[in-house]
Amino acid sequence: MLEIAGLEAGYGGFRALHGVALTVRAGEAVAVVGPNGAGKTTLMRVISGLLAPVAGRLAFEGADLAAVPPHRIVERGIAHVPENRRLFPRLSVEENLRMGAFAPASRPHFTERLEWVYSLFPRMRERRAQLAGTMSGGEQQMCAIGRALMSKPKLLLMDEPSAGLAPVIVDQVFDLVRRIRQEGFTVLIVEQNVRQVLELVDRAYVLEVGTIRRSGSAAALQADPAIREAYLGI
Amino acid sequence: MKAGWPLLGAALLLPPFLPISDYTLHIIILVLLWAFVYTSWTIMGRFGLVSLGHGAFLGLGTYVTALLWNHYGLTPWAGIPLGVVVAVAVALVIGYPCSRLKVVGHYFALVTLALTEVVRLSIVAWRDVTGGSLGMTPNAVPPESIVALQFTKFTWYWVALGVWALGLVVWHRVDRSMTRSAMDAIADDETAAAAVGINVTLQKLLVTTVSAALTAFGGALIGQYQMYINPDTMAGVGVSLQIVFAAISGGMYVILGPTVGAILTIVLQEFLRVLFGTRCIGAAATIYGIMLIVFIIFMPAGICGVIVARMRKRRAVAAAAPAAG
Ligand SMILES: Nc1ncnc2c1ncn2[C@@H]1O[C@H](COP(=O)(O)OP(=O)(O)O)[C@@H](O)[C@H]1O
Ligand SMILES: [Mg+2]
Repeated sequence: MLEIAGLEAGYGGFRALHGVALTVRAGEAVAVVGPNGAGKTTLMRVISGLLAPVAGRLAFEGADLAAVPPHRIVERGIAHVPENRRLFPRLSVEENLRMGAFAPASRPHFTERLEWVYSLFPRMRERRAQLAGTMSGGEQQMCAIGRALMSKPKLLLMDEPSAGLAPVIVDQVFDLVRRIRQEGFTVLIVEQNVRQVLELVDRAYVLEVGTIRRSGSAAALQADPAIREAYLGI
Repeated sequence: MKAGWPLLGAALLLPPFLPISDYTLHIIILVLLWAFVYTSWTIMGRFGLVSLGHGAFLGLGTYVTALLWNHYGLTPWAGIPLGVVVAVAVALVIGYPCSRLKVVGHYFALVTLALTEVVRLSIVAWRDVTGGSLGMTPNAVPPESIVALQFTKFTWYWVALGVWALGLVVWHRVDRSMTRSAMDAIADDETAAAAVGINVTLQKLLVTTVSAALTAFGGALIGQYQMYINPDTMAGVGVSLQIVFAAISGGMYVILGPTVGAILTIVLQEFLRVLFGTRCIGAAATIYGIMLIVFIIFMPAGICGVIVARMRKRRAVAAAAPAAG
């Protein structure tokens, strides 16, 4: 479904990703894990069209993604839950969700999708008229995920959905991700919380200083001594 | 409050029939026409696209119309649409790169400020055709000419009222549109807006186009009404500041805000004119600048914004009182 090969990207003269290769097949959940500054967010930004790559191949369902602007990428079926959620604080919860269905193809389905997101996250229905910036961190994350789901994406990108949340809330967020998987969504998730994310994905890539160091099934990585030492603290 | 609107509407039908002086009617017409221009500015200004370039759109609308009439005898019915097209084209030529290169905030204000001065200086420099800094007068025909768009004050009142109402309708429709939420989202977080699928550039150009087109239209009508246009009062940084001041002081998030701003600026302008004579044309820009700063610091929501907030508060208190008692 998503194929990336030889990807180079960065900021100005600084290269944050070196020859990254990665694939996601339809129906899979794949994680990219790695320490701070490894380039995980950069990778997500390239996939969603926010950052133009310097070199490499990106294809989604066989079609090239290079030089496609972000709103067109959403239309093609890739939605992005950005790092730090980035809701629109001066819009209500419902308006935030509406923005997720802004693409012309999504607009006619707004009401039905809204109902669907509310049924997934009943809390959002209670908060529908509240300004998004005034909710708790966990609720904001829920809203950010809901906003991305409003475009009914084929592939959902999630950038550290558990970051900055209290441990109890982190568990809830991972439960949400699990539910989204059960709904049949293909998911590419970036996490620093390696232990928990490996519990819920099929495969994972380990990204360190802009390069994929290791990859494999979640079970294989959980069993890998190097991973256990560096990321699982065992 | 709801009952107030029809009352206000009915009151607006009265002025031409009241025993008021010609001068008072003139001031009311000016307020309505300028209120339309200020309302047009807020259509983009309320989203953080603070344009100091509206003097340019106003000038283009008014000069294109008047020049085509004087030099080619082209009726304003064709001249105004052409002026609007020219203004929109200029707005897009400036707006597109600004959006792509993410020129926002102060930088956007500066770029548009430069634009407005370029238009003013061009009018001044092209003296043989435009009359330069002395201004120009559209060739007059006997009044109540539909073709020449030259009327008596009595008729102009109705034209001004209709145009003003049109501005409010457009403002209201924008306020209720998806574009408003999208533009608020862009103002909050442009990158996140793009990431969720909003075509940022398209949305910005959409409000810019509407705003510039209406402003050029308003400018052309003001020129037709006054029958005299001048690069200092219809283009350049002076008018741009006046527009921004009126919109901000009245309140750009409330439908009648720019109208209140128009009452304030027109009355202020007349007051200064009586006080200092025509020498104050330069002084007006300075005064607008100073008052703008005062408003931005002490009353950023503008007069109407403060009134609406007060009313909401009072209503909330009134609603809470029976529950508490
Ligand atoms: N906007 C930016 N400008 C310049 N450098 C950046 C920018 N964003 C990130 N970087 C750098 O790129 C590298 C990768 O960052 P990032 O992709 O955010 O990593 P991660 O998400 O894995 O923590 C880091 O060295 C970071 O300092
Ligand atoms: Mg990151």
